[in-house]
Amino acid sequence: MTAVLAVHDLHVAIGERGRAANVLRGASLEVGAGEVRGLVGESGAGKSMLGRAVLGLLPANAVIGGGTILFEGRDLLAMPEPERRGLLGRRIALIPQDPITSLNPVKRVGAQIAVTLRHHLALSKRAALERATELLAEVAIREPRRVLELYPHEISGGMRQRVLIAMAFACDPGLVIADEPTTALDVTVQRQVLQLVERLRQRHGAAVLFITHDLGVVAKICRTMTVLHAGRVLEEGETADVLARPRHPYTRALLAATPRADRPAEALRPVPPALIESLWSEAHRLDRLDVAGRA
Amino acid sequence: MADLTLSGPIERPSRWLASVARGGTRLWCGGTLVGILFLIALLAPLLAPHDPIEQDLLAAQLPPAWIQGGEWTYPLGTDSLGRCVLSRLMYAARTAVAVALIAASLAAAIGIAFGLIAGMFGGWIDQGVSRLIDVWMAFPPVLLSIVLAAVIGAGLTSVIAAIVVVDWTRFARVVRAETMVQLQRDYAAAARVLGLSRGQILRLEILPNLVPLIVTLLAVEMGIAILVEVILSFVGISVAGDVPTWGGMIVEGRQIVYQSPWIMALPIVSVILSVIGFNLLGDGLRAALDPVQRR
Repeated sequence: MTAVLAVHDLHVAIGERGRAANVLRGASLEVGAGEVRGLVGESGAGKSMLGRAVLGLLPANAVIGGGTILFEGRDLLAMPEPERRGLLGRRIALIPQDPITSLNPVKRVGAQIAVTLRHHLALSKRAALERATELLAEVAIREPRRVLELYPHEISGGMRQRVLIAMAFACDPGLVIADEPTTALDVTVQRQVLQLVERLRQRHGAAVLFITHDLGVVAKICRTMTVLHAGRVLEEGETADVLARPRHPYTRALLAATPRADRPAEALRPVPPALIESLWSEAHRLDRLDVAGRA
Repeated sequence: MADLTLSGPIERPSRWLASVARGGTRLWCGGTLVGILFLIALLAPLLAPHDPIEQDLLAAQLPPAWIQGGEWTYPLGTDSLGRCVLSRLMYAARTAVAVALIAASLAAAIGIAFGLIAGMFGGWIDQGVSRLIDVWMAFPPVLLSIVLAAVIGAGLTSVIAAIVVVDWTRFARVVRAETMVQLQRDYAAAARVLGLSRGQILRLEILPNLVPLIVTLLAVEMGIAILVEVILSFVGISVAGDVPTWGGMIVEGRQIVYQSPWIMALPIVSVILSVIGFNLLGDGLRAALDPVQRR
């Protein structure tokens, strides 16, 4: 299987020179064509930063210290800006975390979907709206023609997330990065959104990098998974395999900290502080080595 | 499939009516006042009972018609040279409206351009524009206008130039700040992920979000422009002496304020009503144009 996305040894630091926090410390990751890979980790593990690095959305004070991000064999970090922009939205798409704020509040839903189509596929206004109607129908929005005419605040959070999913798949991308797309939604809508992502992925043949802290979601839709902690990859493999036989103690602790219907609540254990402690100190030790090595 | 379908959007009253309702009384009052002002200015030659510079020395300083000694030939009385006050007020409205429209639009165009560029690109460009605005605002605005008008010479063009040169900073500051705020919003990041360039993001995503703000500022600015024109014509550096202006009428009325107070009072009332009208209109429009009702 050829990799659509291959992140290799990525280092990212955020902050001023001298006081930077290293958020990614040599993270590597591959997503094959048509693969759904879960990227899990606790808050601050660097999973969103990895997604943002691929999309070129790192905060202004972030510095990429090294590594490569190959998309379909081409290095996104070495690519000139206009060429990279040409890939964004067309070959690489994002399903953002917060459906409430990710749509432009003063533009009609149809116009927002049409922007992508007109920009990348050079469709006429009418053709773009026609395609937008089909896309909305694909994400199971009833009366798509009418929804096209509405403003984002006139539709529910779940519907907005569907609109964003429709936008992500609009140009048949090779890779869709889903950055915790279900976190801001309530549980009943979550399941529908997951089904939608899975269905559109199959229909459009895209690979998905699914960033989440919810192991339940990963178990449901990701064939493979990567566990990230303190900016490094601790464990990766087939989801079923990793969940059944976690090798790294952190993964094991993470699983023990996940609530499950088939276990009593008393069985829930937080990740032992000592383990986090040791992982962080290891990370810091490695940092010092990195600095020394580069100096 | 069935569980994926949410209910459609609820039926709402017409968008236009809803907007007008949100604007409320302010929008109505402001709109009416400004509408009347514009109509008078536009139709002054048809509406005015007399030629505004035609003198009737035998009927000088007549009071308004409803006061003892008034004549219905001169509904609002005459000034010290026997010129019809009502006609002069109407013709003066033409000058006021012309200045308000042209000066406010030009100031807006310049200010918005600077504000957008500073807000979008940040860094040294923003620093440059911001410092320029700071320096500009350190000058007392009315004094600056007077100096400018004195240097360029009297006339409609110099009044407009004086207002534009002073007031573009008002737009630039607000637009710059709001552009920065909007760029931080998720939808702006989402637009970048769609592969749009900075110019396209400004034009297609940010600018529509600034429209309510700009329209409000524009209305308020028109009120201010009218005031500045009154001040400049009060000190005698506005349009040519034989063209009636409200400021000029106030000056003439001041000399005989004890004998005929209406000659000074009527232009003052006109100014106050116009400025109140523009401010109410601006306020009402802000409420009416805001689709999300962020109030």
